[in-house]
Amino acid sequence: MARIVVQEAEFDIAAEMAALTASRTDIGALASFTGICRADDSLAAMVLEHYPGMTERAMAKIAADAEARWPLTGCTLIHRVGRLPPGAPIVLVLTASSHRGAALEACAFLMDWLKTRAPFWKREEFTAGHARWVEARAEDDAAAQRW
Amino acid sequence: MQILYFAWVREKIGRSSEEITLPADVRDVGGLMHHLSTMSPGHAAAFANPTAIRAAINQDFARATDCVTNGDEVAFFPPVTGG
Repeated sequence: MARIVVQEAEFDIAAEMAALTASRTDIGALASFTGICRADDSLAAMVLEHYPGMTERAMAKIAADAEARWPLTGCTLIHRVGRLPPGAPIVLVLTASSHRGAALEACAFLMDWLKTRAPFWKREEFTAGHARWVEARAEDDAAAQRW
Repeated sequence: MQILYFAWVREKIGRSSEEITLPADVRDVGGLMHHLSTMSPGHAAAFANPTAIRAAINQDFARATDCVTNGDEVAFFPPVTGG
């Protein structure tokens, strides 16, 4: 059963990793991915909107797909929403397994599917005052298709 | 039925949700988009290019040909950009 969280607050990566391995000795691999707000073109902030209810439902479905494909002993998905400045962590994916192959592959799969199958939208606000919605990228669709 | 809008679809329409009664001749998501596009200039602008819009019925992704009924929660939004 995956841990699924949508929150405005920053997440504690070390605490989340410790929670997945606490009191277990069967885990041989713990993979992690952290997505960070990158400052392109004088970005002032990224504002993340989502569809409450559907978001958690879609993330749980994506996690269940990963758990059906790889022998995971644990899985954590945390996605932040609201206004995030450059440098701020946006998303955390953790996967634990007996062996690294499953943990690393499941982690990449979860990120690819989170980007294309969970209802989040990014709006970029620039220091000059204008703003624009980020457009979906064909590369992300292609990355999700490979699974 | 409850209609929800997100991201630039919400901005163009000027609201995040509205309650409508489904006309008897509207059967699917595509037909609903066409019906909504007649409601105001903002709706028309938002639905000007239906292929740029994604939809969900009762919080599951849906296609233009999927059926809608009066009790459904239907959402319209751009392709997702999270992660």
